[in-house]
Amino acid sequence: MSAAADLEQPVIRGAVRGVDAPGGTDRLPRNSPPRVNPPRRPASAEQYPPLQLDKALQLLRHAGVEAPQGAVGTAPWMQELIDSLCELSSRDPLTGLANRRAFELALAREVDRVARAGEPALMLLVDIDHFKRVNDRHGHAAGDLVLQTVARALLASVRPMDTVARFGGEEFAIILPNCPAPFGQAVAERVRRRVERATTEVAPGVLAEVTVSIGGAFAPAWVRSSPALWIERADRELYRAKSSGRNRACLEQPPLSQVSAEEKGLLFGSSQYQDLS
Amino acid sequence: MNEKPGPARAARVIAVTSGKGGVGKTFVSINLAAALAERGSRVLVLDADLGLANVDVVLNLLPKVTLHDVFSGKVALDDAVLPAPGGFSVLLAGSGLVEYSRLTADLRERLQQTLEQLRPHYDLVLLDTGAGISDVVLYTISLADEVLVVATPEPTSLTDAYATIKVLATQQQRHGVHLLVNQAARAGEGRVIRGQLQQVVDRYVAPTMGQPLKLDFLGEVPDDTAVRDSVQQRRLLLDAFPGSAAAAALRAAAARLADDAP
Repeated sequence: MSAAADLEQPVIRGAVRGVDAPGGTDRLPRNSPPRVNPPRRPASAEQYPPLQLDKALQLLRHAGVEAPQGAVGTAPWMQELIDSLCELSSRDPLTGLANRRAFELALAREVDRVARAGEPALMLLVDIDHFKRVNDRHGHAAGDLVLQTVARALLASVRPMDTVARFGGEEFAIILPNCPAPFGQAVAERVRRRVERATTEVAPGVLAEVTVSIGGAFAPAWVRSSPALWIERADRELYRAKSSGRNRACLEQPPLSQVSAEEKGLLFGSSQYQDLS
Repeated sequence: MNEKPGPARAARVIAVTSGKGGVGKTFVSINLAAALAERGSRVLVLDADLGLANVDVVLNLLPKVTLHDVFSGKVALDDAVLPAPGGFSVLLAGSGLVEYSRLTADLRERLQQTLEQLRPHYDLVLLDTGAGISDVVLYTISLADEVLVVATPEPTSLTDAYATIKVLATQQQRHGVHLLVNQAARAGEGRVIRGQLQQVVDRYVAPTMGQPLKLDFLGEVPDDTAVRDSVQQRRLLLDAFPGSAAAAALRAAAARLADDAP
């Protein structure tokens, strides 16, 4: 069932077919304690002005998103409309990546998950080197094309579960859930090389190439960090990458002591844990 | 009763830690505290898990006065110490300390002061630390006289317990660590685990320190349905199922810990 089934159905005067005004009575006992969200009183159609859907549909049309299918104003139609609007409001229009808003949501969710489950998660901040030169040399339209190329390169070098976002101007951010510390540098390098290899045809026969600097930090497992702190730590590494010559990836070194394979071997080797390690 | 330190003597401060989260660290802390209280000790549990403090949730405690309120000057320290069902006291760090999840000099200072103020009033203070070996956790442990590592037989838990012991040995020059094995599936499993850990410590950790590090085995808590039920009911195991095998194991661990007093 879709979430829409649980929602009270909206009353849309005029534009709606097949939607009944929500009936039912207030089912709370008379002296029950107040709820945080008191149930909405049965509304009569007069309480709501007619929905203004023109703007929403126009927005979708402009973004090249198909209008919802089916009977206009029904719950499934409304749900599809809302889904499309949500999708639209979480994407960066130029690159199609997650925008800052969606990124922050994903970040908060990840911080929570890392604290609860202890899975290692990596954040990479990716900044295009000397992006201003591209704009100066080839114009802003070319700059936009380069941003799109970089976005594609980033998407192509990570897993589908990872969140790739346009963080601002020429800066991007990637959240990689469940990314073990030993893989961090390899992932960052893959991203860096992929961008380095990509070219953008900014004018017929004119290719632009850019490089990126990358800063990365792991969320401290089992510790409730804050999104701001995590970004700050990755940002510090990005600064390190920039100031040590650009076109490189710097990752914060995890302060944890490493348990070597030999140690693990002895820890599990001669016991009943043999199969488990 | 064994020894009963006079009022002038300051409490033994014992950090309860685990490396890996979700191994029952808080469960062990509060039930061990209850078992120690049963033996006549004045016990305080300081919920020092600054990120995921949850002793209050586990014990269903009210009001939610926390260390954060003390640090921000809202309440006096005395008023923040809450009586817990098992006859011991609890001081909550509170998730409000989130912004402290990175160790600042200020937090360092405050935690230490708080502990020094509390110490004379108790026989034992258990620091329920956060999981992992972040700098906050390591600092919290450094405030303690002794360390109790809780591990389960699960390989990741053992590896993390070993990593914790290794860091404590090298960074804090610890020569002894208490070990309690939680969720033991078979009788005797805890002792085997202790043997394995001791073997690796002897081989890889002790030589770098120039002296041995002894793992003091406090016992194993069996993987008992009573444990899950007590956690679900948000009650102390020692209250809810005092006759269970797990409760007996925790009492034995408490006795051993009390006997081990320096």
